[in-house]
Amino acid sequence: MQTPPPSPDERPVPGRHHVDSWLLCRKPRARAALIALALAWGLGLSTTALAGTPSHHPLTGEALSEVQTFTYRMLDEAPTLDPQLNRDSAGFTILRDLFEGLLNQDSNGELVPGVAERFASSNENRTFTFHLRDNAKWSNGDPVTAGDFVYAWRRAVDPAVGSDYAWYVELAGVKNASAIQAGELPPDSLGVQALDPHTLQVDLDRPVPYFPEMTTYATFFPVHRATVEEHGIAWTRPGNTVSNGAYVLTEHVPNEYHARTRNPHYWNNASTIIEKVTGLVINDENQALTRYFADEIDRTGIPAGQFPNLMEQYPDQAHSMPSLCTYYYSINHTETGHPALQDSRVRSALSYALDRNIIVDSLLKGGQAPAYNFTHPATAGFEPPKPDYARMTQAERDETARELIEAAGYGPENPLQLRLIYNTSESHKNIATVASQMWKQKLGVEISMSNFEWKTYLDRRMNQEFDLSRAGWCGDYNEASTFLDVFTSSSGANDGRFENAEVDGLMEGSRTLDDPTPNYREVELILASEMALIPVYHYTSVFMLKPDIRGWPYGNVQNNWYAKDLYRVK
Amino acid sequence: MLHYILKRIAIAVPTILILIVLSFALMHSAPGSPFTGERPLPPEILASLEAKYGLDRSFPEQVARYVWNIVTGFDFGPSFSYKDRTVNEIIAQGFPVTLTYGSLAFLFSILAGTGLGIAAAIYRKTWLDSLAVGVSVGAQVLPNFIMAPILVLIFTLWLGWLPGGGWQGGQWPYLIMPVIALATSFMASIARLTRSSMIETLNSDFILTARSKGLPFRQVVVRHAMKPALLPVISYLGPTFVGLITGSVVIDIYFSTGGIGQHFVNAAINRDYPLIMGVTILTGTLTVLFNLLVDILYVWIDPRIRY
Repeated sequence: MQTPPPSPDERPVPGRHHVDSWLLCRKPRARAALIALALAWGLGLSTTALAGTPSHHPLTGEALSEVQTFTYRMLDEAPTLDPQLNRDSAGFTILRDLFEGLLNQDSNGELVPGVAERFASSNENRTFTFHLRDNAKWSNGDPVTAGDFVYAWRRAVDPAVGSDYAWYVELAGVKNASAIQAGELPPDSLGVQALDPHTLQVDLDRPVPYFPEMTTYATFFPVHRATVEEHGIAWTRPGNTVSNGAYVLTEHVPNEYHARTRNPHYWNNASTIIEKVTGLVINDENQALTRYFADEIDRTGIPAGQFPNLMEQYPDQAHSMPSLCTYYYSINHTETGHPALQDSRVRSALSYALDRNIIVDSLLKGGQAPAYNFTHPATAGFEPPKPDYARMTQAERDETARELIEAAGYGPENPLQLRLIYNTSESHKNIATVASQMWKQKLGVEISMSNFEWKTYLDRRMNQEFDLSRAGWCGDYNEASTFLDVFTSSSGANDGRFENAEVDGLMEGSRTLDDPTPNYREVELILASEMALIPVYHYTSVFMLKPDIRGWPYGNVQNNWYAKDLYRVK
Repeated sequence: MLHYILKRIAIAVPTILILIVLSFALMHSAPGSPFTGERPLPPEILASLEAKYGLDRSFPEQVARYVWNIVTGFDFGPSFSYKDRTVNEIIAQGFPVTLTYGSLAFLFSILAGTGLGIAAAIYRKTWLDSLAVGVSVGAQVLPNFIMAPILVLIFTLWLGWLPGGGWQGGQWPYLIMPVIALATSFMASIARLTRSSMIETLNSDFILTARSKGLPFRQVVVRHAMKPALLPVISYLGPTFVGLITGSVVIDIYFSTGGIGQHFVNAAINRDYPLIMGVTILTGTLTVLFNLLVDILYVWIDPRIRY
């Protein structure tokens, strides 16, 4: 029964001005050249002469820059800006600013009020009631009502809409979500209803204690019905779109950039400081880093291996934060896999012999943590147990690995031959090469590595055409079950088809518990003793951020940042 | 002549149809589908998506429907990967971009390439020849994926003169680096082609005749040598032009120009069938068209050619 803390006081802020983003270089030489170019060629300098940014941050008192813009690099174009159709992080980053769900996350990833001021759960986490604020508005001035959420959530599961994120509603346990997707029930039978314009009641099929966390994802954002119905697939475009977040989409050139500016109708607009957020699509990460140093962007990822150098040169700009993903090798437990993999001693030997420290310290160099369990240790409210082999030294692990593989009847004289697949990428190739060498030298295992482009690789993985497969899993929400559910027998993501009745029972049981942690710990220990997978490392997010950008949510392990919380200091 | 052109157009139609069927077949034979993801979709959702996009139909039916929609409504279908846009819209947005930087790169590579080549041929075995050959070899060994980061390093990071990427509707500061990066290797090829062809022409009998009747050298080159010397260059230009205006993956990736070049790779990776078909048909049609144009140009340049 969680209740978010009270909303921050509304702080009146005078008007601000904004300037075209590419002129905002703070390197004087570059800026002079750019401005000269702009003037010479009549590039529009759209200044709306307003009173200016407040001189100081209302809470911290830091002196604020007159230029409140934020420009960041996107790896790829967002496939859609429709919250219910969205399936990737580039889109989610934009949608978090354009739309506001029931709840938001703060800089530590904790829940804070969004459109809902408070909520309560009842019926053993099977019913949630959200009380919506009465001052929430759409960017056209219409009030945001419970009905907008009902409409949006039905869209998410409606087979006619065909969202490939409909499973998320099912995962959240919203009543009848599966039957509606299957076309057995109409979308209006979904377990969500507007008791009145400001009260939303959600009924679940089963207890889902972490349901409120799940509402921070885009699938559960509201949409403006009249706009969607009027414009069809074109409703998400600038000029058409109506949104309820702190920003509205004002410019969008697919595969080049998009820009969002403040939504004057946002209920907490007075607290927003950044005027304009621009996302530039830059596919090549080294090119993006060059443009970061040319002061064209404020944030970009750090290419693999470059973190230590950049950290040394720019300690105030290079950051490494835990990121809720785990890198692992999936093991094929079915009969299409190598028969030796049915033997837990062989699986353990492979896992023990993998020296994770070499991979994180010599290859990745981005502050990643060696992984001996599946759930990322930064996951909220959960400290993963240390399996026995995590406590050994690598020499001890190697020794045990040799004993195990010999006991299973393999060794240098009778080498085990395995097929390892990965999706084409320099980094996956390097890790696979190092791992193969370790297995070869320590256990005499001969690995044949094959790389496949993304869809082919997924196809092989999902059809169990491998012995070992590179895999990664990222938390859909900040709770351990998002990881551990993968290894239940009903999970579609359980590509190696590990099946264990005890794991299934513990996960099922965890849903009605006040404190599911003991079950989760138990599951982790079973996964480790059975060696259901070979964990390799826990991800970090490594990026460069300009030192004058403040308010970054360093404590949010899902790296969910909201531009409304950022600001630029002098 | 008109008869010939009509005949060529008549052949073009089945050519493009064969292209469509072949691309369709190749595309569908690749493993995975547009809806393959790390988290497999529930079978019902997958079925409804496949029904929505007509993927549940038989192969001949899919091809027939696809061609029918193009012929009757010029409708290339929805994009699977960009859910809020159609293929028509994606091409309408990206093609003008690649057409702009591609045409400029084309012009630049022809002017600089033929200029260098002719100069090198005329002043053969002088320092000018060495310089021209040096420049063209240099440009040839620097492919655009190396040129692009070098240009950005110099003009964006060090000098701060040009924006490191973007398009902004094609304002000239955004055009310079993509055009240069794209044009250099074509310019080099044209220069070498022009040089050798010009040398050969200058040694031929009719040039000797023209010179021996006392025509000034300048006039000989412009009036007599230019046309025949440029014939091989022109046959090279047709496909080059199509290659340039349908964009470059490298340019789109490094300079974020938003052109259609990137879709050739991304659409294939995403199994975005309609988008792959859209860009393939565009390229195919343009190739057929420009080959025809080049053939017509031949007649104008070389009176010996008759159709």
